[in-house]
Amino acid sequence: MFEDFKQQFILNFVSEDRWRYLANGLLVTLKLTFFAVLLGLIIGFTIAIIRNVHDNTGKLKFLNFLCNVYLTVIRGTPVVVQLMIIYFVIFGSVRIDKALTAILAFGINSGAYQAEIFRSGIQSIPRGQMEAGRSLGFSYFQTMTRIIMPQALKNVIPTLLNEFITLLKETSVAGYIALEDLTKGGDIIRSRTYSAFMPLIAVALIYLVMVLILERLVKMIERRLNKNDKR
Amino acid sequence: MKKFLGLVMCAVMVMSLAGCGKTAGGTAQEGILVMATNAEFPPYEYHEGSTIVGIDAEIAAAIAEKMGCELQIEDIAFDSIIPEVSSGKADMGMAGMTVTEDRMQNVDFSDTYAIARQVVIVRADSGITSLDDLQGLVIGVQQGTTGDIYATDEFGDEYIERYAKGMEAVQALTQGKIDAVIIDNEPARVFITENEGLIILEEAYADEEYAIAVRKGNKELLDRINETLAELKADGTLDAIVAKYISAD
Repeated sequence: MFEDFKQQFILNFVSEDRWRYLANGLLVTLKLTFFAVLLGLIIGFTIAIIRNVHDNTGKLKFLNFLCNVYLTVIRGTPVVVQLMIIYFVIFGSVRIDKALTAILAFGINSGAYQAEIFRSGIQSIPRGQMEAGRSLGFSYFQTMTRIIMPQALKNVIPTLLNEFITLLKETSVAGYIALEDLTKGGDIIRSRTYSAFMPLIAVALIYLVMVLILERLVKMIERRLNKNDKR
Repeated sequence: MKKFLGLVMCAVMVMSLAGCGKTAGGTAQEGILVMATNAEFPPYEYHEGSTIVGIDAEIAAAIAEKMGCELQIEDIAFDSIIPEVSSGKADMGMAGMTVTEDRMQNVDFSDTYAIARQVVIVRADSGITSLDDLQGLVIGVQQGTTGDIYATDEFGDEYIERYAKGMEAVQALTQGKIDAVIIDNEPARVFITENEGLIILEEAYADEEYAIAVRKGNKELLDRINETLAELKADGTLDAIVAKYISAD
């Protein structure tokens, strides 16, 4: 039993340096997730602001319309389909770096979800705060940046971090455009050794460890944030 | 309720034990021969309407008929076919599969039934004329095929892009994302007739032979398959099936 296990381990990870597929794949997965999160943050934050301004002042009608279309389309279609559309349709006839394509796809996808998270954060601040700010002579913009945002951001940080964890796992479909991320790395090993157990379990464990680390981080940050809350 | 559940469990266990029925000759489920394939590989296997057709599908149907059981075709990723067979989910794997050392460690192969070649598809205007020109270029393959394995060894991992389907590699080639595709001869011919501006290099990349994979040690089924293949070869049925899908030119 143990001999068998050892043999399988050597076959799947040691011989022909097959562990490299996992190591390189892990780096790609981390890179994808990190940059997609950044792109998503920028998109999400911008959209939340646009929609909030529209809701409160009635301005930016056209931009608000565009944002709504974007949110509907992105949240209404699977990320793997979006990824393939970007790779095979939008960049249909150019040679483009696949990692960049994937970052764009996952970033644009995540942006839609992050937008809703930011918006819910802003809406969680009672109206009275805005009214108080305005009555003290702050402009709308000043009230937003000095009173609403600091509170809203603090409220959304845990949800936002959970979105990052989801995104980390969602990047596992990057293999559809022949990008060698962690999942694809395990798949390549599987296609060479024809054993299902070792590569799949190894891939699952690596994801699990990453998610556990991130969750620890979320907990720590939550505790810090709650420190001076009397709630 | 508990009794009923127990009964169901018993029934399931008995059925799974029954397995190798007399009529089926070593198949996992009596009366049904399950074939695992990757139906993205014309003319050997591909979807037409709601069924999977092709050379392999017809040979499998002939084998099933001789064995007196019903053929059931499962369409899965190419690199999952061998695990499917070795774990007993499918009785045989038939997907234009070449016999290699590594694969023989996991499954048993029947006698070969077709000769194939790995060829290189390039864009007609790319200026690539021989295998030597491929050095340092990006090559697309179908993951887990012999084309993938040989090319990875020869050109290096960083130059190989592995797609789940041969068709996707060809699509990436026509869009200029990669420089060449290494794939089996017959599907390659189908791909270049369906996509303008692609050619096959005259120089073949590798020669090989297709065989049917069965679970290791399932000698009963293997013998039945080999018998049937021999019969099909002798009475000309095999040639007729091949001729139906591949025009000799």
